[in-house]
Amino acid sequence: MLCQECGKRPASLHFSKIVNGDKSEYHLCETCAREKGELIPGTSGGFSIHNLLSGLLNFETVEQGKRAASPENLRCEVCGMTYSQFSKLGRFGCSSCYKYFNDRLDPLFKRVHGNTVHTGKVPVRVGGEIRTKRQIEDLKRRLQESISQEEFEAAAQLRDQIRELERQISE
Amino acid sequence: MSAIRFTEQPLSHWMKTTGAESEIVISSRVRIARNLQEHPFPLLATNRHLEEVQDELKEVLGDPRLEVYGEIHPIELSALDELNKKMLVEKHLISPNLANESRNGAVFISDDESLSIMVNEEDHLRIQCLYPGFQLKEAWEKATAVDDIFEDHVNFAFDDRRGYLTSCPTNVGTGLRASVMMHLPALVLTQQINRILSAVSQIGLTVRGIYGEGSEAMGNLFQISNQITLGQNEAEIIDNLRSVVLQIIGHEKTARERLLSESRLRVTDRVMRSFGILSYAAMIDSKEAAQRLSDVRLGIDLGLIEGITPQCLNELMVLTQPGFLYNNYEGSMEPGEMDTFRARLIREKLGKGLK
Repeated sequence: MLCQECGKRPASLHFSKIVNGDKSEYHLCETCAREKGELIPGTSGGFSIHNLLSGLLNFETVEQGKRAASPENLRCEVCGMTYSQFSKLGRFGCSSCYKYFNDRLDPLFKRVHGNTVHTGKVPVRVGGEIRTKRQIEDLKRRLQESISQEEFEAAAQLRDQIRELERQISE
Repeated sequence: MSAIRFTEQPLSHWMKTTGAESEIVISSRVRIARNLQEHPFPLLATNRHLEEVQDELKEVLGDPRLEVYGEIHPIELSALDELNKKMLVEKHLISPNLANESRNGAVFISDDESLSIMVNEEDHLRIQCLYPGFQLKEAWEKATAVDDIFEDHVNFAFDDRRGYLTSCPTNVGTGLRASVMMHLPALVLTQQINRILSAVSQIGLTVRGIYGEGSEAMGNLFQISNQITLGQNEAEIIDNLRSVVLQIIGHEKTARERLLSESRLRVTDRVMRSFGILSYAAMIDSKEAAQRLSDVRLGIDLGLIEGITPQCLNELMVLTQPGFLYNNYEGSMEPGEMDTFRARLIREKLGKGLK
């Protein structure tokens, strides 16, 4: 595809911009993008990460639209932020927004991070059970490996450890 | 404690030492974002909420386990004038966002300035560790240890599925932003930089100018950082960035060797001309100064210029920025005088740098 601005160079930047609900598609080469100031975050210019997020948030597929509640009715009951405010600002109002907007967040996180679920650090004090669950998942993976390699003594040990941890959680 | 002690000297203690690969990697930085469960994020929080956040976090500074990092000085942003704020930004101790837009913002800075903890920026808490050279792992270990101490005292907003909850969706999960500031003159000179930077941006990393989001790459300095914070754990994020930076270091080294073997005379000419201009110019603007300083740094690294320390250049990098420049300037401010003063300052410093 050629750049829609100069029509000469290949377009390397593709994005949609939504202004007051009107969506326009852009296909630009780097030179024209620079001149127009429509820069990707990380280079320079007036196109901030929040503008970009706002674009992502306003974009939705038909399927998502059916599944989730209509955005006008979505509101965080703790801080009062509405989904449409969130999609304009690109920022949450409080930690509960994550809960109230949850149904609509997976596609956003998928686009931004390529993932939807945290796999990193867990707070020590409040995260005891989460840590144990992660540990169990890890042990189960290792158990499958041991079985597939016919290391049954190791497998038996892993099985016992899993049982012990599961017992701890159920208590 | 006023912030003056942190703006008196252009060089933070950490910048006076050197780290691994310091010919190419200027510094390594790790920042983790956290929020307190009980309060709305700073965007919506009332002033009262933000005051409470500040008080709760300030109290943690009394934890004896923090003593290993030296004394940590809490500074309220409202107590600073615009100039001192700007100088703290120029030293990377606070973000432009905290300086300009925060309400009830504060920063806790350690004696050696390697640890700076921002309060009520976009998130309630942002723990930042800065190290010279290529020391990402060290920076991460320190940041996470400080995080653990805070975690003992306050309830962080955390969700089983989404991880640490942050104001901006781009930080959710680990809340971790790891970044490395690199000096890549040979890749720029040999016109390989765009190819490398676009490859980097395709694997979940971003490249910025040295003053963060939206700033231009000045003086061949590039900041490379992770973009993904959700779905990768901290070790993966750090390892991923580390391995990419190592590869870029390799490419830069090869490019430098090629420059020396294939166009030694041209490189020497360029470096020496820049050195000459910096040594004798009567006026110089900030953009040219950054470019010429980059050339001189390359000249030192290639062994073409002797007798000037990299620390002298680090100091000039900070000193030639507007806030520090203004602060050191005595006399009336006529148009163009900044450029005259900048040139004088560089001449003097380089003179002092010569043995």
